[in-house]
Amino acid sequence: MLTLLGVAVIVLGFALRFNPLLVVIAAAMTSGLAAGLTAVEVLAAFGKAFNTNRYVSVAWLVLPAIGVLERAGLREQARRTIQGLRAATAGRILLAYLALRQIAAALGLTQVAGQAQTVRPLLAPMAEAAADPLSDDDRQRVRAISAATDNIGLFFGEDIFLAIGSILLIVGFLDQSGITVEPLALSVWAIPSAIAAFLIHGARLLLFDRTLKPQAEDAA
Amino acid sequence: MIGLPLVYLLSGVMFAAFAGLSLADRENPKRLGNAAFWGLFALSFLAGDHLGDLGNGVLALALAVIAGAGQLGVGVPKTTSPDQRESLAARYGARLFVPALVIPVLVLAGSLVFKRLTLHGTPLVDPKQATLISLALAALVAAVLAQVMFRQPPASAVQEGRRLMDLVGWAALLPQMLAALGAVFALAGVGKTIGELAVMITPADSRFAAVAAYCLGMAVFTIMMGNAFAAFPVMTGGIALPLVIGRFGGDPAVVCAIGMLSGFCGTLLTPLAANFNLVPAALLQLKDRYAVIRAQAPTAVLMLIVNVILMNALAFHA
Repeated sequence: MLTLLGVAVIVLGFALRFNPLLVVIAAAMTSGLAAGLTAVEVLAAFGKAFNTNRYVSVAWLVLPAIGVLERAGLREQARRTIQGLRAATAGRILLAYLALRQIAAALGLTQVAGQAQTVRPLLAPMAEAAADPLSDDDRQRVRAISAATDNIGLFFGEDIFLAIGSILLIVGFLDQSGITVEPLALSVWAIPSAIAAFLIHGARLLLFDRTLKPQAEDAA
Repeated sequence: MIGLPLVYLLSGVMFAAFAGLSLADRENPKRLGNAAFWGLFALSFLAGDHLGDLGNGVLALALAVIAGAGQLGVGVPKTTSPDQRESLAARYGARLFVPALVIPVLVLAGSLVFKRLTLHGTPLVDPKQATLISLALAALVAAVLAQVMFRQPPASAVQEGRRLMDLVGWAALLPQMLAALGAVFALAGVGKTIGELAVMITPADSRFAAVAAYCLGMAVFTIMMGNAFAAFPVMTGGIALPLVIGRFGGDPAVVCAIGMLSGFCGTLLTPLAANFNLVPAALLQLKDRYAVIRAQAPTAVLMLIVNVILMNALAFHA
């Protein structure tokens, strides 16, 4: 039971907004020591796992390309594209993106979009341009819901694809427990939730437009 | 065979360049902190396999201490002004989207083609890492293409990469750190203990209660561990197999598929899923580090309720 103190350290540390990197190491130490390991053993176990999980951070390789494109005006171009569309609102743009992201993920194309390569340079500027002029607070809200829409589209699309990690994990786990399940059967049963997610989040997106306070254009 | 080592070498070189440029950036008062932080990260990519477990642990600790002591600043390399960007956008127009689209196209093509390429019978590219290698290649091609198409200075790729990396700051390292924490938690048996607790408090007498306990358990465990994959074996072994499937006769395919998606509702709610929830807040320069989680919360909670209802309605055929 004492090993759960590590979880308590995480919860408290994140709630009190200490630096998360320090919180993570403190939590590892707490649970490790509670489980009877020495501090050196915990640090070594942490270091080993840190090293084997380096692939998690490889995604940052995409930043130089995105940066050069931003330098050449990509975000401004994304805005200009939207400003030409009269019917565009932040909610409608995000709704269209939600559908695309869910469909692409359902086809196994989870890596074609993402926070660094799509949301920052394209989606967020487009949603902002459609909603402009925006107050500072509303601009922050538009950005946050853009990031949220990418995550929700990914999560409630990817499980419809047969060969995604979570489906393979389920098949393997059930197999060990003596139950044989076809990947196809699992992905089919991910569809009802995917449709519900599209309806629920889609409705929220359309309602979101109404919550943006109209901003006087002639602030000067 | 081209595999992860080459991708790690490329990442290491990139972070080493960030470190070098940070060191030379006299306008950043915390340039030493930035140089040390990205430099250590580069060292991890370039020499991690030779540092030993304890060495890597000390390296991770040093990274956390630099960040925790507030020694990480934000470098502001010279870049184009908003006005210049407007006129560049007017000049290049939709062509600006081309390199951005090259990334997904190459990732897709690479992950399909690389698995089939062989040289004298051995695979040319590690098939298990095809997607990651495609991503690295796509990022490289897109950077060069953008530089050439829009006549950007040669150093711009690295300088602009550093500009964005400094905006993300310590959050860039958090997903990898949390993965390491997951391993230590597993070693200490944290997941097992939480699973036993969840099983103890699960009511065994009604079908709906068992379904609700499983879905809720998946979400709560995922919130605490940051990862639905860690929650799945514990909760499914503890609640779904003996009760929902065993006693009440639920269809395993329906129960597990919707159970996993209930876990994903937890992922949307936890700062421990840093790459989805905290990194975007940094990338989009949000004042509230938890703003993305707040934006997701209503959808996540409603979807959790929907998943309970769906499982209860669809899993029991007879």
